[in-house]
Formats: sequence, structure tokens, C-alpha cells
Amino acid sequence: MLVNELKKSFLISLWFMFLTFPIMVIRVNTVENIIQWRWANLFFVGIGSFVLSALWRYLIRRKEQGIKKTEVDGVARVTLSQRLLRERRFTIPALIVIAIVALAFPFVFSLYQTNIMITALIYVLLGLGLNIVVGVAGLLDLGYAAFYLVGAYSYALLNYHFGFGFWTVLGLGAGMAALFGIILGFPVLRLRGDYLAIVTLGFGEIIRLIMENWNEFSFGPSGIANIPRPGFFGVEMNFEQVTVYVYFLMIALSLFTIFVVNRLQNSRIGRAWIALREDEVACQAMGIDKRKTKLMAFALGATWAGFAGVVFAAKTTFINPASFTLWESINILCVVVLGGMGSIVGVIVGAFILILLPEYLRFLSEYRILAFGTVLVLMMVFRPGGIVETVRRTYQYEEADH
Amino acid sequence: MDMEPILDVKQLTMDFGGLRALDSVDLDVSQGEIVALIGPNGAGKTTFFNCITGIYDPTGGDIMITAPKNGRTQRINGIKPNLVTEKGLARTFQNIRLFQNMTVLENVMIGCHCRMKAGILGAVLRGISTRREEEAVIQKSYSILKKIGLEKYVNEFAKNLPYGAQRRLEIARAMATEPFMLLLDEPAAGMNPQETRELDELIVKICETEGISILLIEHDMKLVMSLSDRIFVMDYGKKIAQGTPAEIRKNPAVIKAYLGEEIDA
Amino acid sequence: MEYFFELFLGGLTRGSIYALIALGYTMVYGIVQLINFAHGEIYMIGAFTALIVISVLTMMGWNQIAILLIAAGVAVIYSSAYGYTMEKIAYKPLRQAPRLSALISAIGMSLFLQNYVLLAQTSDFLPFPGLIPDFEFMEPYAHIIGSPELVIIITTTIVMISLTFLIKFTKIGKAMRATAQDRDMAMLVGVDVNRVISMTFIIGSATAAIGGVLIASHIGQINFYIGFIAGIKAFVAAVLGGIGSIPGAVLGSLILGWTESFFTGYISSDYEDVFAFIFLVVILIFRPAGILGRSTAEKV
Ligand SMILES: Nc1ncnc2c1ncn2[C@@H]1O[C@H](COP(=O)(O)OP(=O)(O)O)[C@@H](O)[C@H]1O
Ligand SMILES: [Mg+2]
Repeated sequence: MLVNELKKSFLISLWFMFLTFPIMVIRVNTVENIIQWRWANLFFVGIGSFVLSALWRYLIRRKEQGIKKTEVDGVARVTLSQRLLRERRFTIPALIVIAIVALAFPFVFSLYQTNIMITALIYVLLGLGLNIVVGVAGLLDLGYAAFYLVGAYSYALLNYHFGFGFWTVLGLGAGMAALFGIILGFPVLRLRGDYLAIVTLGFGEIIRLIMENWNEFSFGPSGIANIPRPGFFGVEMNFEQVTVYVYFLMIALSLFTIFVVNRLQNSRIGRAWIALREDEVACQAMGIDKRKTKLMAFALGATWAGFAGVVFAAKTTFINPASFTLWESINILCVVVLGGMGSIVGVIVGAFILILLPEYLRFLSEYRILAFGTVLVLMMVFRPGGIVETVRRTYQYEEADH
Repeated sequence: MDMEPILDVKQLTMDFGGLRALDSVDLDVSQGEIVALIGPNGAGKTTFFNCITGIYDPTGGDIMITAPKNGRTQRINGIKPNLVTEKGLARTFQNIRLFQNMTVLENVMIGCHCRMKAGILGAVLRGISTRREEEAVIQKSYSILKKIGLEKYVNEFAKNLPYGAQRRLEIARAMATEPFMLLLDEPAAGMNPQETRELDELIVKICETEGISILLIEHDMKLVMSLSDRIFVMDYGKKIAQGTPAEIRKNPAVIKAYLGEEIDA
Repeated sequence: MEYFFELFLGGLTRGSIYALIALGYTMVYGIVQLINFAHGEIYMIGAFTALIVISVLTMMGWNQIAILLIAAGVAVIYSSAYGYTMEKIAYKPLRQAPRLSALISAIGMSLFLQNYVLLAQTSDFLPFPGLIPDFEFMEPYAHIIGSPELVIIITTTIVMISLTFLIKFTKIGKAMRATAQDRDMAMLVGVDVNRVISMTFIIGSATAAIGGVLIASHIGQINFYIGFIAGIKAFVAAVLGGIGSIPGAVLGSLILGWTESFFTGYISSDYEDVFAFIFLVVILIFRPAGILGRSTAEKV
């Protein structure tokens, strides 16, 4: 048994040493015409793949057993996170602590930290928005950053040309993004799921490239600078005060988002989204208009990208198309996938992990995207529900109700 | 029987590439009837259902429905499945298509969807009318489950139900759309004799007490013969016979199509 | 007129290269109904492996033709090995999972491979030697078509024909077709579906590697990101032709190659890369099954 496992691991590690040999070991310097042989890497790959392959097989076996077990028992396992989230004894104190930390944060920590927090909150908004589309309705949108862009440019351009203020555009920008969601969604939403992913990716890139090339309209790659920060009834604020103000604005906006998304999920429409994700054909046969329901998810998701875009433009005071690449869309997708598709708490946790960890582990920043890729694969293979698996509030019927 | 049929299908034809799965099939169902559609595997019965319910767009023919409520007759060829359901035809699937990760109650609530109104704003504000509607839908769904005999599973996930119960849940879900006619695709498939007997009673009850007419595809001849007012028989995409159970039993074309299979149960 | 021919042949060359990549997409999609997002990365790894082999052998003073052949061979072997391993890690455990999961896993794999090469090698563009010699007999036509282009077109044609032969007449080809039609049924009649899927990934990756070597030596430089744009374009080509159809992939690639070539030649090169996307969106909306694909109603 053990010998067998060791043999397997050994063979796999040989395989990986072979596989990574040219790229990991040899490096060619074409300028000076020398070849570097990095034999140490081969050793690391060997050891690493030996250990990881054993771990991989163990986890796969455990997963398979888990599936079998639920099949036999007929009951779905309730995970620890799910139990904790259901337990009022635990959630209420936790909420209080979170509220206190959130309120005190900008006064305790530095401006720099507060700014990072604002970024994290922007991703909470983006994540919750995308979660409606991907997590709840099951539509893989790889062009989500385009709606983020629409929000940001709405503010920048409306302000530049017409002097519109932040608060006016906050609603307008979200509306514009929703409109774009509907315009783009109309033709693409009849496509099969995987085509949808590619087409939204295409749309996202088209919009970004147009902004990059259409200088007269968008000022091209150089972007738009000097976008005013949000105002507060005309009160003059210094940089520090504005940051704190934006921070609380984001807290408020996040709470608003959580409230709305939660209500939507637990409504007739939210139910239809979940059913659509489960089985489109059956859903239509039950009288649900597939196009309309998908379009609603798409437009609502876009709305939140619009909000986030406006805040982003106001916070950084400078935007250009480079902030809204495909990579940005994937980043937001990671937030949703890591946290837990369809789970509000999950997405919030995901946003904080993905934004804060890289900030505090800067020495690992080179490996960031590598890690994201790994996370996406590993999450899908071992924990498709994310860190915080959905605790969807199911409708319960109690006899005492009537 | 001089009333206009509530479902009147004429010359229905469906081609898949070169394959003619339905060839000029006629079929009609009147208010209050239980009609069976039988035929060997691959005869085109499910395709027939798919055409009527808007899942396929038929190549030719007419599908006319007359809602008993207002007596209006309309042609429904090629309209979307959700509109067919809204007009009052609901169906079940041969290979069970429940929303597996939703509870039994939620499955039935989805069936109520097209009879509800709440939009995005209603969902977010959750005003009195929305709350009332949700409450009413829960009650309605529960009472349907009770009629079908599934109330003990109400809060279970659909995927955890025993097979027979899943089949019945499909019926419950379809009933929640408030149809005037139910199309059942092999509702007894995979059921044991006890469950089949219960299903027999259930179908009669739905027809008689709810006033819902029934068109069903079934292989269990005993069930078909005891339930149906009339039977249509298909083979290779064509209708080969129609009549009362007694007539069908004696029909030579049917006996030939079913050669070797038991038809007089 | 000469300019037209130049653009025509340029489009043909482009299209041939897209075709070599598009084949992998189409084959994998045909068999496992998955858009293998990381396919472009396999192509990129093929190009990198070739560059490394070439550099090493050049410093050892080998003959140019020999280097070209060995580099291409090694690239094919390595790309296939990566394709095979990738399937085992990122897709096989997800066969029963919802399609969304497999798609996300594929995106993850693509990010991983890009950054693996970025970190282990470099983020800079590396010069890639033009390996294909100028044939003497081509001299009179040199102003219209160079030898490299000719080699690319011929190689693509050969690959295409052998692939068609493989799928039509060999045992594994038959098994592939059976699996594409109905996986469960194929399994029931004794097809080793796991092997078929692995073979599909291997063959698709091998053709991508050939594409990688040819295009790299044609364009003259590579970096870790080349797989992405090439991958997207090849995907567009596969969809245009009708995903799952091998002649479709070739046809789609040629159409895309020509359209791009004429568009940039006669109109503007500003939106060259947008063009493929617009193409994609338009096809999917008006003819989602592609040119040679048959639109099938999902069986219910
Ligand atoms: N979407 C489809 N595409 C191609 N052929 C189909 C499709 N749906 C059904 N068919 C074919 O139509 C014929 C009738 O099938 P079906 O209606 O399922 O038969 P039954 O329900 O009577 O057993 C079969 O030959 C089947 O393969
Ligand atoms: Mg059938």
C-alpha cells in the first residue's frame, strides 16, 4: 500500500521533472549568448511534485468518499462555515465586532491602510454584482470589467464636459452600466453557456480597445486626470478627510448592496435565477421567461459595476483603459469563486482575502497571478462551493404558519 | 362530445435533419378527458410533447388550443415554452428534470412563478403586496404538495427524494402553473406496482376534482387501459391507430407494432 | 493586383497558422464539450521549448535544418505532454461537474501556465531565429511569397490531411468519433473514453506546437503572452467554421486570416485585434452553429 503510493509519487515526480526540464532548468540569454543551467530547480520540482502528488491523490480520494457518503446517507453534509453562519449565538456577536472594527478603522489605522480598505470594499461591490450573474444565475461573464469601465468613464466624462458632480453621476453611472448590460445582453444571452463566456470576453475587450483608440472621445491610453473627489454639501475637505469620507461612503454603499442583493436572492426573481442555473429547459417549461430573467441578472450585475466604477474614478481621480482589462474581469471572478459562488458572505470574504493578502504579502507579489490561477483550478476541483459555501435561505414551510 | 377540443393537433410534422420524427400526426383532447399516447420506443411520442410545449419548433402542421376558461382558440406553433405554459399547458419530463438543489417546496414555488407579479422593485422593497404574494404562494404550493401526497418531504432537497416521489413532484410542479391540461411523459416509469396504483388514483383525482384534462405517454399497458378515455398509437413517427381502450386492444395494426409485447393486461 | 495577391497569400499564411491552433479547440470541444482556455498556452509553451532547444543546439554549432527539425520534434513532444498533464489535473476531476466549473478551471490553468513561463523564463520578448531557409527555386516569386510562408502553408496542408486520415480511418479515430457522438454509449460498447480524451488532448497539443514553432520563426519574436491572442483568434476561427468540425476549423481559420489581411491591408490596422472579436460576436448571434456546424436541437 505505502510502497505503492511511494512508487506512484516517485513516477509522477519523474514525470514532472521531465515536463518542466526545458522551461525551469534552461534559461537562454540570447543577448550574451550564454545558457544558464539551473539544476537546483529540477530538484525542487522533484521534491515538490512528489509531495504534492501524494496530497493530491489523498484529497481526490477524500472528495470521492464524500460524494459517496452523501449518496448513501441521502443528506447533504453541513460544513462548519454553514453551521457557524446559521448559529445566532455566533453571528450576532460577530456582527457587532465587525461593526465596531469597521467604524473605528480609519481613526485607528493610517491613511494608507484606509485606502487599501476602500479598494477592498470596491471589490466587495464588484464581487456582489458579479455574483448575481455568475454565482446565482450561473452565467459566466468574462467581460464584467467593461461595466466597471462604463461607470468610471461616465463620471469622468460627464464631469469633464458638463461638470456633473459625484452624487448625480453615482446614479447615472450605474444606470449607464445597466443600459450597457441590457444592450450587450440582448444579443448574447441566447447563446449557450460557454459561448457566453467568450462573447462577453470579446465585448469587454472591444469596449476597452475602443476607449484606447478613440482619442477624441476618451482621451485614449493617456486617460482622464483631475477627476474631482466626492463632495459633501460643498464642505471643503483636506485629503485625509476626503479619504475617511470615501471610506464611510463605501461602507454605506456596501451595506446597501448587501441589503439589495440579499432581498433579490430571496425573492421570486432570485428563485428563478437559481432554477435557471439548475435546468434551463425545465425552467422554461415552468413558465419562466429565460431571456428576460437572464437579462435582469445581467443588468443588475452591471449596475453594481457601474456604482463601483464611479467610486473608483472619484477615489483615484485618474482613470485610463488599462485599469479595465480582461485581467480585471478575472480578478473579480476570482473574488466570487474563492469566496463561494452564490454566497454573499463568501464574496465579501473573498474580496478581503484577494485584496488584502497581496497587499500584506508584497514580497510574494510576483507569484500573485500564478497563485490566482492555481486557486481557480484547486477551488473548482476540491471545493467548488468556495471558502464559505452557500447558505441559501431555503423556503421552509411550518405548519404553524396559518 | 360536441364541444370543441381543448387541444387540437393537425398534421404535425417534425424533421431532424433527414430524420422525420413526426409525420402528419393528428390528435385531439377534449375537456375532462384522459387521453393516452402510446407506441414503441423511438416512435416520436416525446418529440410530440416537445413540439406542443414549444421546446421544438415543428416543421409543419397546426397546434390549436382552446382555453376552457374563455373559449378562445389560438394557434401555438413555435411560441416559446414559457408562453405555452402561461396559456395553460404544463408538462413533466420523461427523464426527471427537477431543480435538484432546491427544496421540494421551492420546486413547486417555481411552478407558481408565471402566476406571480413581483418585479425587481417589489423584491427589493418587499412591500405588503409582495409579502402577501410570497405567503400565498407558499400556502398554495403546500396545498398542492398535500394533494399529491408529498407534504412530508416539503423541506427536503429534491435530489434526496426517492424516485417515485420525484416523479410525483414533477406533477406537483406542473400543477402549480395552473394548467387546464397536463402532459405527462411516462409518469410511471421506474415505479413499483404499488406506486403505480397510487399514481393511477392520483391522475383520476387530478382530472376529476381539479378539472384538468390529461394527455399521457405511458408504457404500462395496465395503467393506460384502466385510465384512458381514448388512446392514440404511434409508430415510426406516424399515428397508426386511435380509439377507446377496447378498440385499441383489437386493432391489428397495433398488435403488429407491439408484436411480442403484452397489450391486453 | 500584385498587392491583392500579397494580401491574399498573407491571409492564407495567417489562416494556416490559426488553423493549426483551431484544430485543438475543435477536437477537444467535439469530445468533451469544453472550451479549453489554456490551449493557447500550450502553443506558447511549444514555441518556448523550441526556442530553448534551438539556442542550445546553435551554440553547439549544429546544422540549421537539423536544428529546425529537432526543435519542432521536441516542441511537439513537450506540448503534447503538457496537454496530457493539464487534462489530468484540471479537467478530468471535473467531468461530472457543471460546465461552469470546468470553464473556470480552464481559465485558472491558462493563468497558471502563462505565469509559470513568465517566472521561469522572462517577461521580455525574445528574438526567435528565422529557421526556414530561402529556397533558390522560390527566387522569381520572392516579391509575392517567401519560402517561410510556403513552408507554413504546406505544413498546414500536410497536418490537415494526416489528421483527417487519422480520424476517418484509424481505430483511435473511430473511437474519437464515437465518443464525440455519445460518450456514455461509446463507453457501453467498450471504448476506453479516458484514453480517447487523453489522445485528443495530445493530438490537439501537437498540432498547436507545430503552429507555435512556425509562427514564432515567421514573426521572429515570442513572449509568455503570445498564446492568449492567438488562442482567442483560433477559437473564433473554430467557432466560425462550426465548433467540433475539423474542416470547419480550417475553413473558419482561412476566412478569418483573409478578412484580417484584407482589412488591415486596405482599410486600417488600428482595430486589428478588435476585429476578431466583432467577427465572433456577429457569427454567434447570426449563425451560432458556424458555417459547417449543424444546428441541433438539444434532446429533451
Ligand atoms: N433533438 C433531436 N435531434 C435529433 N433527433 C431527435 C431529437 N429528439 C428526438 N430525436 C429522434 O426522434 C425519434 C423519436 O424520439 P422520441 O420522441 O424521444 O421517441 P419516444 O419518446 O417515442 O421514445 C428518435 O429517433 C430520436 O432519436
Ligand atoms: Mg420518450
